[in-house]
Order: sequence, then structure tokens, then C-alpha cells
Amino acid sequence: MSDTKKTFPIKGMHCASCVGVIEKSLKRTPGVTDAVVNLATEKATVSYDSDECGEDQIATAVSNVGYKIVADSDAVSEDREKIEKAKELKKLKMKVGMSLFLGALLVWGSFPGLMETAPEFLRSFWVQLLFATPVQFWAGWDFYRATIPALKHRTANMDTLVALGTTVAYLYSAFVTFFPSVVMDLGFDAMPYFDVAAIVVGLILLGRYFEARAKGQTSEAIKKLIGLQAKTARVIRDGKEIDLPLEQVMKGDVLRVRPGEKIPVDGVLLTGESTVDESMVTGESLPVEKSKGDSVVGATMNGTGTFTYKAMKVGQETMLAQIITLVQEAQGSKAPIQRIADVISSYFVPIVIMLAIGTFGAWYIFGPQPALLFALLNSVAVLIIACPCAMGLATPTAIMVGTGLGANRGILIKDAKSLEIAHKVTTVIFDKTGTLTKGKPEVTDIIPLRKMKSDALLVSAASLEKGSEHSLAESIVKKAEEQNLTLVAVSKFNAIAGHGVVGVVGGKKFLLGNRKLMVRENVAFEEHAERIEKLETQGKTVMLLANDGELVGLLAVADTIKDSAKEGVSALQKKGIEVVMITGDNQRTANAIASLVGITRVVSEVLPDQKEAEVRKLQATTYNLKPRIVAMVGDGINDAPALAVSDVGIAMGTGTDIAIEAANITLINKDLRTVASAIELSRKTMRTIKMNLFWAFGYNVILIPVAMGVLYPFWGILLNPIFASAAMATSSISVVANSLLLKRAKI
Amino acid sequence: MTIDEFFVLIFCGIGIGFIYWFFLMKKDEKAIAVTENDVIITVEGGYTPQNISIPKNKTTTLNFFRKDPSGCLEEVVLPDFKVRKYLPLKKTTAIVITPTKSGVFEISCGMNMFHGKITVV
Repeated sequence: MSDTKKTFPIKGMHCASCVGVIEKSLKRTPGVTDAVVNLATEKATVSYDSDECGEDQIATAVSNVGYKIVADSDAVSEDREKIEKAKELKKLKMKVGMSLFLGALLVWGSFPGLMETAPEFLRSFWVQLLFATPVQFWAGWDFYRATIPALKHRTANMDTLVALGTTVAYLYSAFVTFFPSVVMDLGFDAMPYFDVAAIVVGLILLGRYFEARAKGQTSEAIKKLIGLQAKTARVIRDGKEIDLPLEQVMKGDVLRVRPGEKIPVDGVLLTGESTVDESMVTGESLPVEKSKGDSVVGATMNGTGTFTYKAMKVGQETMLAQIITLVQEAQGSKAPIQRIADVISSYFVPIVIMLAIGTFGAWYIFGPQPALLFALLNSVAVLIIACPCAMGLATPTAIMVGTGLGANRGILIKDAKSLEIAHKVTTVIFDKTGTLTKGKPEVTDIIPLRKMKSDALLVSAASLEKGSEHSLAESIVKKAEEQNLTLVAVSKFNAIAGHGVVGVVGGKKFLLGNRKLMVRENVAFEEHAERIEKLETQGKTVMLLANDGELVGLLAVADTIKDSAKEGVSALQKKGIEVVMITGDNQRTANAIASLVGITRVVSEVLPDQKEAEVRKLQATTYNLKPRIVAMVGDGINDAPALAVSDVGIAMGTGTDIAIEAANITLINKDLRTVASAIELSRKTMRTIKMNLFWAFGYNVILIPVAMGVLYPFWGILLNPIFASAAMATSSISVVANSLLLKRAKI
Repeated sequence: MTIDEFFVLIFCGIGIGFIYWFFLMKKDEKAIAVTENDVIITVEGGYTPQNISIPKNKTTTLNFFRKDPSGCLEEVVLPDFKVRKYLPLKKTTAIVITPTKSGVFEISCGMNMFHGKITVV
């Protein structure tokens, strides 16, 4: 029994009774242990035994009662988000336009120097009250809508500051309008400040409008990835080809892909051949040739061929869906660097309000006349200029752009913490097989000794290796097959771990393995030691074949180094990072391969289960007198423990679940230069975050005291609340804009 | 010091003290235990309920209903569950979580000004 719990989006529900009907139908389905339907979210959460019941049965149970399970595709929710945001922006734009227009008229009618040129009616306090009221309570209503419930929770934010500041200016002005004589009796000019209240509302809303537009661009990468999905698929069912929406494609369906079409889901090619452009998903720039048995990735673009393939992964299981989930998760995570901003943000608004009250008191008691006006305007300026938003936006916007940029280049970052640590990496360890090399060893030399012939040597070796699971065995068998040689039955086969294999081929006992096997079986090989060493210094693994206690041949196997290996290593070294290679090969072979790619530090003869310990050993040392931060690059499957123990685990050339789980960063193309790109991405993102935080903190630390009037005793400088609102409006935009600049970063 | 200045001083002192008490000395709300598979969290000037308690290893749907137009609250972030989600105004957005660890986990708005808590027991 395997318990599964899954949530299915349901279409067609409109009332509470629908909930009961669907739940009842689902609960009656054999294998379903529980079903809860939610009308608000239009989703059913079903617990079921997946051995007894499949998604098909659940879909049928829902459709039997007149409803439908639909794919809760990201595209649908993205569309909804887009529409909602567009609606909100349109409304905001209207409010900005109205408040700035009325605000400009108010400035014209009341600002000293300008008011003299204004028509008489604009100078009337009553007209000004008429103009300022809709700005304050219609355009600025959202500030109150946010402030009042926030106060119920005893919290405050940016809106609280704006609501407080503009309300103080508006109420004072209204008082002056209604009771000018009272103000004059107190010895002040009866001068309202409606222009301040209206322009501050207008400018802050304008800032918000631009900020919202810019913020939308920070998550563009996700939208781009979602947009890659094909909308329909051509499915072959009952011998007929039909076009179906993507969400109706089932695992096991056979699909046809025609020239120039997008491949709908992940699968394995059945008939035909073609080249496929996978750049949009893996970042691989060259088209990849595909023929029978090759896997194809959904959302990639077919070239000129046509083929059929079997759908192996659909919906959330596809590589693209996994990439989208990973990027979304990374964008939802929190970078450790954000902690300090979080702590400051939590105290920020109350402290600003206290500073504003303090400013009022200080100016009233110690300030020049008219003290009340100075006190009022300066405390309003303090409330208006403070910008907690910039601090809140500094880190997440950069993380969103950084992780999105990575995804576009085939660099998947698990979380913000990984992105943050990666820029500190001092050492990169590469696993050799399958990472620096292609992981497909080939027989390069067949050297018969004594009177044995080359073919006979290969037949004996391949026949023995047929029963072996060693990675090199496959290459020897493949070589024999390529030469159309017929293998012979083997008896008394025995694989000796770490040594080689033994068996009887054609009535003769053969040994095939390394030198350790020959020593163990007392086979002399010293006569050929020089030859063996020569092959090993070329980076080849040498296998010795012996028969009846005599060495009869040598087979050299070599794994091809990836084209990008040398450049990948040198790109890291140029950044001052030490590169280390780790392998199970003997030292001579390992050194030879390492020198080919420019690696000088090699850890050889390491068994797979010892890699983790070797990573720990390196972590315990220092590099350039600093603690060593180690990144381990592997395939994410065999070396998962080593990846997990390293500071940054980087899985290469795979998008499998296991690799993504084990690694902090997954590189979905096989290009080794991407390792350096990932570290560069981390460095650039961190630089942007630090710049953003510096700006956000610096802005508040410098301008709040200016608004309080600390410069007044020295240079007579004061900040008009109108200028304060302009500065505040630009501060958060500049943080978002700086994060967006990351998009142009070269990595 | 004139009488009005004296009163302003007293007013400012009381005002600062009140703000400190009101915002910085508030006590955490008690966690509301979620017994069903889902809970509605109203997003208006913060999160109501502000502190929910859910069992470990149980899948719970958090239905965020956003009533507040503030840009701050347009996104909800559950960093420990790696969730950052846009909340359309006047609509319910579901976030499904299955906590595997006990503890107190944060809910915050996109700009980290408003906070809530998920207590996993």
C-alpha cells in the first residue's frame, strides 16, 4: 500500500452542494481514503492508495458527477496574476493623474512666488479644500485602508507614515480654512498646506506605480519559462492523430512531433529522427541529434525531422515543470544577508514615528518663529521621507532577478542561501568520471603479447566482461560488438572487487584486471611495466589479460575529456579559485588526465564512499589563510553524499529529481564553463544586494536627520515635505531598477 | 519655558512612550489550532489569524484572502517552505504546505513589514 495525497484543481463548482457531491463521488472510489473539496480555491485534496487507485480513476469520479479536473497550470495562474496586476496598475494610474493634476493646481494657487500668477479662484482656501479633499480621501484612500487594519494588529508600515504625514498637513490646512481667525489669534499666518498633502499623495502614488511596473519585471524569468510550454500535443490514439490540450496528455501516450514544432512533454523517441534545439531549457547552444531510444525534453524545439515518441513524464513531472518549481522555490527562500534588513524593518516605522514626534517637540520648543509651522512641516517631512520599502525590496528583488537569470542560462539554484554561499567558494572539486570526462570510456589500445592475436584477445576479454558490471566492462564489450566478434560462453566467472574478473573461456582460465589481480594470482608483468606506465601517463586505464599464469595482452581504456573541461577549469582558476580533481583512478592516470585540463591538485584512488570524507578533509584546511569554502561538482547521483557535505554541491548535466535534491546548484547543460558562470552569478547577485542594502540604509540614515532639520543650525537647510515625498518615491524605484540591471550582467 | 512649550514637551513624551508601548511592546497572539485540512487567513493590515498551529506531517491548505490594497501585502512569503506568492486583491489564493519539522515558522509580506506565524506541533 502506498499512501498518496494530492490536490486537484476542479472546474465547474459554483455552490456548497457541489462540494458535497464531488466529495461523495471521490470517497466512493475504491482506493480513496479521504477527499476534501474546497469551494474557495476550487480544489480537491484526495488521499488515496496509489497501488489501488490512479489519477485516472479520480478524474473519472469527478467527471461522473459533472465536474472536471483541470491542470492547475502555472500559465493559468500567471495569466490571472497578469490581469489582476494590470487592473491594479490602471486604477493606480488614474489616481496618480488626478492627484498630480489637482496637486499642481494647488501648488500654483498657494506656493509663494507662483501664487501671484494664479487665477483668483485658485487662491481661495475653500477651492483648495475642494481640490485637496478627493486627493486625500479618494486617491489616498488606500493609505488609510492599509493603516486602519494594521493598527488593529498593532503594526505599521509605509502606508501608516504616509497616512499620518498627509493627514496632519490636510487637517491643519482644513482648520486654517474653517477657523482662520483662531490661527491668527495664536500669532500665525492663516496659511493652509493643502498643496503639501496633495502633492505628497500624488508623488508617492507615482513612485508606487513605477515600482509596481519595475517589480513585475523581476519575475519575468518565470513567466518566460512558463511561456515555453506547448499548448497542445498531437497524440496518436486508436491509430488516429488528434490534437489535445497539453493537460490531457497521459503518461504512455504516443505523440507525433512534426518539423519546427515544440515538443509537448518529456519522453523517449520511438520512430524517426531529428535534431532538437534544447537551448531554451538546458542552455545548450548546439542542436542535439535524436534517434530511437533517445530522450526528448518537453518545451524544446524540434528541427527539420519528424518523429513519434512515448510520453514518460507529464504535468508537474516534466523537466520544465521541475525547473519552474525550483526557481519559484528559490525566489521564495530567504538569503541569510536579509536578516539584518529584517531586524531593522521590524523596528523602523515605530522609530520613525517617535522621531517625528521628537522633531515636532524640538522645533516647537527650540525652533525659530513661527515655531508651530516649522514643527509641523518638519515632522511631516520625517514621516514622508522614511522609506522602509527600499529595505524590504533590496534582497528579494535581486534574488528574483539573479535566480531567473540563472534559469535562463541553465543554472538552477536551490535557494537564496546557496546563491549567497557560492560567491565565497575558494575551492572547486571536480569528480572525474562523467563530470570532467564524458563518462563513456572507449577502448583505445589492444596490445597482444606472446602469440595471441588481437581479435582473440578482445573476444576473451569481452566474453569475460559481459558478466561484469564495472563501468569499463561496457566499453570492452562494445568494442568487440563494433568489430562484429562473436563472444564465447564463460564458466566459473568470478568478479573480485577492486581487482578484476576471473573465468574460463573456451576451456582456458583467463584473468582480466589491474596489477593487483596479477600480483594476487602470481602473474609476472614487470617485463611490460614500462609499456603499462606509458599508457597510464596518457591518462588511460590499463587492464591486463592473463592465461595459464602468463600475461597475454593489455587493453587500454580511456574516457574522453569534455570539450569544455579545460576552459571550465581555467575560468575558475582566473577567479582565484583552486581546482581539485577527485577520482578512483590510480595516481598516474589521474595526474595525466588532470594535467590535460590544467588541474594540479589531484586526489586519486578514492573509492566512491570515501569521496565525502575527502571533501570534509579539504574543508578542514585553509586556503590563502582563509577558511576553505568547498564546492563539489559531480553528477548528483553517485556522489550525492559528497555533494551534500560540501558547502555548495553542484550537480552537472542533469535535471533528475535525485540530482536536484542533493545539489545546491544544478547545471542542466553539460558545459563545464557554467560552473564558473554560476559562481559569477552569485558574486554579481551578492554585489547587487549589498549595493541595494547600502543605498536603502544610507538613504534613511542620511535623509531622516536632514528632514528633522539637523542641517538648519549650520546652513539653514530644511527639507520641504514635497521634496521629501519625491525622494521617497524614487528610493524604492532605484533599488528595484538596480536589481533589474542584473539582467544585463555577463556571466 | 512657556506653558505651551511645557505642554508640547509633555505631549511629545507621552506620544513617544505610547508609540513604543503600542508597537514594540505588543504580546504575541496565541496560536489558533487548525483542526481541518484548511484555514482561511484574511490579509488586511496583517494576517488574521496571525498565529496558527498545525500538526507536523499533515498537509494543510492556507487560503489567503487579500482584502488589503496595500502593495506591501500583495505578496505572501513563507521562506521556510520556499513559497513567495502573489495574492490577487479580493480573491483567495491557496498555498498547500506539509511541514515535516516542528517549530515556529514565519509568514511575511513581500517587503517583510507584516508578519504572521505558523506553529507546527
